[in-house]
Amino acid sequence: MRIGFLSDIHSNREALDACLAQAERQRVDRFVILGDLVGYGADPVYVVDKIMELQATRDAIVLLGNHDAAAISGKIENMNQYAREAILWTHDELEKQQIEFLKSLRSSYEEEDRLYVHSDATAPDQWRYITDAAGAERSLRATLKRLTFCGHVHRPQLYHMAPLKPAVAFKPQAGTPIPLVGNRKWLAVQGAVGQPRDENPAASWGVFDTDQNEFTYLRVSYDIETAAGKIHAAHLPQILAARLYIGR
Amino acid sequence: MPARQQLQTGSVLDGFTIGEKIHAGGMASLWRVTKPGIDMPIVMKVPTILDGEDATIIVGFEMEAMILPRLSGVHVPKTVAVKSIAQQPYVVMEYVQGTNLLKLLDEAPLEPEHVAQIGAKIAAALVDLHRQNVLHLDIKPSNIMLRDSGEAALIDFGLSRHMLLPDLLEEEFHVPMGTGPYISPEQVLHNRTDPRSDIFSLGVLLYHFATKVRPWGIPKFNRGLRARLWRDPVPPRKINPAIPPWLQEVILRCLEPQALNRYPTAAQLLFDLQHPDEVRLTERATRLEQSGFWTTMKRRFRSAALDTEQVQQISERPVTTAPIVLAAVDLSEGMEALAAALRREAARVLHFVPGARLACVNVLKLNRIGLNYSRDEQGRNIHVTRLVELKEWARPLGLGVGDVTFHVLESPDPGASLIEFAKSNNVDQILICARGNSNLRRYLGSTSTKVVAEAPCTVTVVRLPAAANEISEELEALEQAGTP
Ligand SMILES: Nc1ncnc2c1ncn2[C@@H]1O[C@H](COP(=O)(O)OP(=O)(O)O)[C@@H](O)[C@H]1O
Ligand SMILES: [Mg+2]
Repeated sequence: MRIGFLSDIHSNREALDACLAQAERQRVDRFVILGDLVGYGADPVYVVDKIMELQATRDAIVLLGNHDAAAISGKIENMNQYAREAILWTHDELEKQQIEFLKSLRSSYEEEDRLYVHSDATAPDQWRYITDAAGAERSLRATLKRLTFCGHVHRPQLYHMAPLKPAVAFKPQAGTPIPLVGNRKWLAVQGAVGQPRDENPAASWGVFDTDQNEFTYLRVSYDIETAAGKIHAAHLPQILAARLYIGR
Repeated sequence: MPARQQLQTGSVLDGFTIGEKIHAGGMASLWRVTKPGIDMPIVMKVPTILDGEDATIIVGFEMEAMILPRLSGVHVPKTVAVKSIAQQPYVVMEYVQGTNLLKLLDEAPLEPEHVAQIGAKIAAALVDLHRQNVLHLDIKPSNIMLRDSGEAALIDFGLSRHMLLPDLLEEEFHVPMGTGPYISPEQVLHNRTDPRSDIFSLGVLLYHFATKVRPWGIPKFNRGLRARLWRDPVPPRKINPAIPPWLQEVILRCLEPQALNRYPTAAQLLFDLQHPDEVRLTERATRLEQSGFWTTMKRRFRSAALDTEQVQQISERPVTTAPIVLAAVDLSEGMEALAAALRREAARVLHFVPGARLACVNVLKLNRIGLNYSRDEQGRNIHVTRLVELKEWARPLGLGVGDVTFHVLESPDPGASLIEFAKSNNVDQILICARGNSNLRRYLGSTSTKVVAEAPCTVTVVRLPAAANEISEELEALEQAGTP
């Protein structure tokens, strides 16, 4: 089975559609959505509806992210000014049915030898970032599962940890299948679909092939003009549009 | 972990019938095996996993199991099957028919030409391996098979590194990973990201075959490994005067402690091994003594300051890609303008790729029948004249010796011989002229057309901008040829 992982879509309709189209070409059987469906971007309703549809028709597993939680609760104390503005705007945009859907999401999910979570697995509701090997190690030690898939940092990065050894970081190259060989744990941090921050503006996602035991990071370009234009039109902070072009 | 089956001759595992045991080492054992439907001879390599579950052996096996199936070509054994550590671990691969290079070591010192020939085969294998993003990192005689068909095949990828895949050995950093006599200085300092490490180890191997002596002996302790960071080896010609200066130059250049001073690519090393006359000789070629006491002490002092972190930083720099560029120079009369355009193109290419090497090639066209080609009217050797003209052509480029080489090939089929040269020298790009932009010529077939169609690499065709009258001439020609 080929599982597509989409994280940090952030209300970016154009990026989501580009990833889903590529997912068809990549023969993805099922999706796992690793949280942060909304926030920052201008299409929260479309994105949530699309993910609801994937859950209903394609058995997608959908997890909660910090922006989703904020959009439901209105709790924005821990966010920067731009994120706050976007969340308040998003909250007004969403209808009851999208809010209900976001409320139904869980913050982590386990199946077979895999753990899915938005951020650091030590405390999924604390939304800690995994930015280095030490952070990855903390998260990997908090689970018995061999493979962890998460998002949150908007930068694709792979970590692996052999028994009794420290975790090691690896910078993956898009399009190269990487065997997640046994006898060690792996943490695959997904890049962002809707707001990449690794200096590469292309939408970022990944596929895990359970038969081959291989994970592939993927990139796809999308219509940034349109996505950014909508952010301007919605009078969201300009910087949220500008950063899409430079991937930062 | 499920109980593992004890292998013995005659037993069957996943359809493979176990035959003779051909190797029992500390890390792995090898068995000849057969399976219905597989015609080529095959072997099963099984890691030696004792009760202790030695992590290095397991990780080494995982690396090999990960890398081997991703490799292809004649310079590696073909992979048949891989079974992971979680089950009964093994790799089944082609049994390479030929001689393990270790067997030849007893005959050292070998004739210098023989050493160069073996070196060229191994360098060709490294070109192929590096092209596939893999560093071997354990080049030594026992890990090289000379196929009966002639090529070198590299085996044993337990310490190797695939540059696009995570390095599972990375966290085993408390010990340098490699084989004592062969390990490169940067591997001693825990850097596993430089293709030039394989060039260093190949240098050790060539030194050993040429002199019967190992340049740094067999280091007993990790401390002994560091000597190669600052102590230069005894020049091979001092041990075996039969070694020509050019071969000493090549070997010592491979053995430079700083990777920057070695051949930038295996292809450039191969080039020199195949063209002894074109090797740029430096002080290395004629050196007959090791460096003196003070120089050595200075180097030793400096090397002590090198720590792992620094080396890691150096390795962050992009891997060098110094390409070999072939300029096919037509020296015939009336072609001066084109030859100048070709030179401008060469200058442009060389300007943008540091470390590039230019091979200027001219083909002396032979008539299949008349073999009276070797002397022209004035009795001068045409071959030599052409060489001189080639050098003249390249002079304005202002390239240093060693950055440019000159070759006059003799063939009835210039296109075929250029392609052959590009193949056997791993040329990365060909620059070639096309006379006029004539479609008629395209119908008739030309050298550049053939080269574009069949070259193993990028080809840049240089043309002079067509003048208006030439274009109308061409249109006329087209009409006459009956094309609408
Ligand atoms: N594919 C092969 N074909 C033929 N001989 C092989 C092959 N692989 C290994 N050998 C032989 O077995 C020996 C040990 O294999 P190697 O893979 O180097 O194991 P080790 O890890 O024990 O060094 C080699 O030196 C070579 O002689
Ligand atoms: Mg070996």
